[in-house]
Amino acid sequence: MKRVYSKEEVCIACGLCQVHCLVAHSESKDIIKAYKKETPRQPSRIKVQQKGSLSFPLSCRHCEEPWCVYSCLTGALQKDPESGIVTVDAEKCVGCFTCVVACPCSAIIPDFHRKKAVKCDLCPHLETPACVANCPNQALIFTDGATPVGTKVVAETAAGR
Amino acid sequence: MKTYLPNRFIVERDPARCIQCEVCVNQCSFDANYRDADEDEVRSREENCVGCHRCVLFCPTRALNIRRTPLDYRENANWRPEIIEDIIRQAESGGILLTGMGNDKAHPIYWDHLVLNASQVTNPSIDPLREPMELRTYLGRKPDSLTVEPGSLALKTKLAPQVAIEVPILFSALSYGAVSINVHESLARAAAEMGTLFNTGEGGLHRKLYKYGANTICQVASGRFGVHPDYLNVGRILEIKIGQGAKPGIGGHLPGEKVSAEVAATRMIPKGTDALSPAPQHDIYSIEDLAQLISALKEATNYTKPVSVKIAAVHNAAAIASGIARAGADIIALDGIRGSTGAAPKIIRDNVGIPIELAIAAVDTRLRQEGIRNQVSLIAAGGIRNSGDVLKAIALGADAVYIGTAALVALGCTVCQQCHTGKCAWGICTSDLRLTKRINPDIGAQRLVNLLRGWSLEIKEMLGGMGLNAVESLRGNRLHLRGVGLTDTELEILGVKMAGA
Repeated sequence: MKRVYSKEEVCIACGLCQVHCLVAHSESKDIIKAYKKETPRQPSRIKVQQKGSLSFPLSCRHCEEPWCVYSCLTGALQKDPESGIVTVDAEKCVGCFTCVVACPCSAIIPDFHRKKAVKCDLCPHLETPACVANCPNQALIFTDGATPVGTKVVAETAAGR
Repeated sequence: MKTYLPNRFIVERDPARCIQCEVCVNQCSFDANYRDADEDEVRSREENCVGCHRCVLFCPTRALNIRRTPLDYRENANWRPEIIEDIIRQAESGGILLTGMGNDKAHPIYWDHLVLNASQVTNPSIDPLREPMELRTYLGRKPDSLTVEPGSLALKTKLAPQVAIEVPILFSALSYGAVSINVHESLARAAAEMGTLFNTGEGGLHRKLYKYGANTICQVASGRFGVHPDYLNVGRILEIKIGQGAKPGIGGHLPGEKVSAEVAATRMIPKGTDALSPAPQHDIYSIEDLAQLISALKEATNYTKPVSVKIAAVHNAAAIASGIARAGADIIALDGIRGSTGAAPKIIRDNVGIPIELAIAAVDTRLRQEGIRNQVSLIAAGGIRNSGDVLKAIALGADAVYIGTAALVALGCTVCQQCHTGKCAWGICTSDLRLTKRINPDIGAQRLVNLLRGWSLEIKEMLGGMGLNAVESLRGNRLHLRGVGLTDTELEILGVKMAGA
């Protein structure tokens, strides 16, 4: 299946993926309204992880063995057998956040205002997920994994870690 | 000591558009934007702003603008703000003022006083969309005459090594260490795709980029950093760097903070030590000494590669160029007063050297007078801004040009002149690993290829307009140039007629 992959050697930790994820999951889909009018704001489903010069955005991996789905008490989290996409049904989610604890990547975000778990849904309403489309440095790639990601031509990234 | 320096820029933030996302905060490498934790609000420290526009262009809501501080001094044509502030800076630091990029002073830009010709009625212009146009240029020593086998017409003359480039534009020397590996890779990949060459600068070539050797000019400078047999043999052309247009007569100093493990390995110096390039090459104190180094490099590479000698354009450039040609060089690179640098004393950058336009004309004229113009190719550097400048340089007598600043601008540089700080927010002139990632070689190579492609299309249009179908036909053809607003002396040195004549 197609997933969002990050190329850490060119991730500049600007956080624009987070901004555009929030907008893509807002009511208005308008960046200024999403931030200034819609309260509480939607949380970003992608988070930039950063330590020193190392940084990369992390969102749901849509795992083959989805521990979040296994841990879900209400059946709100499901992995679509066709597409492989792991989704959370807000109607069924009771906000127990067991999935948040179960996820090995910390990719499920607790929305404390709405008492719901939210996560990357790969932007079904868009051709390319918003984070990928708006990355200014092409550090995010939406691919089925057949093509290699992160060729590591940059030697300094590894050396400076 | 309290500083008497005013802010240079104002960061204008439109509160109606700012969404407090902090992209401006994390993109500014000069700490000019920050989040005030008490007020939970993004604000600006304007005294730190260098006007590089990184925050403006990355702000997702276009909430930012940068403007010059409107602080005015009393009008004074002599004591201008820059001059006053340089004195203040020096009174507070007690040192040489350093700066980056090229000369920003209002010396005459002769490109803007030269105009190109076009065909009308009496000679047909050529449409490059319909007819082939030749931009290929051969760099290297040309023979005085050619002899061929009478029967087969095979060439009997043994030619010196020639390097074909598909566009007469090469990337200037930008050393690894001054710029990051990602910039080097962008240049190398673009050069390979466009069939031209990039220049390593004086810091050697990272092993990862050896695969681009056929598109590389390997520089040998006074510090001899990274020079070893593999390096000399991997490149297409070798270049002895005598001088640089931005800082004629002085050497270089790469601070130890920029000498990372990879830079150190490539330069063959200990990590974290300053890389000091002496002002002269200490084994070259005469043309005879230069001839020895040229011979040594040719011997080391088995006479397979042309050897270039790069000098800053200075008062005696024509006589020096004659000596360089006679010393056995195959290429002379001339770098004019507007050539750029990663760091140079401001006083030298702004006051030493001569404009490249005059230097090309003077050198080409002198070599022709001496009957040795064919022995060298001439590459012009320092302040080539667009394809018009390229063609004017070629019409004045250059074989090809180097572009440095223009290439960096294509990568994102906004010419904010902070290269010497090592904090380039665009990730170009820095070795800070958080910043170097800002140049993605995939994007960088594409932007450079686009630039060269755009310029070569424009060059073909202009050549076609002049009724020429090969850039060779324009080389040194100063009848295709006319001067506007120039004195008789300037016209005489440039070897062009006044417009209308």
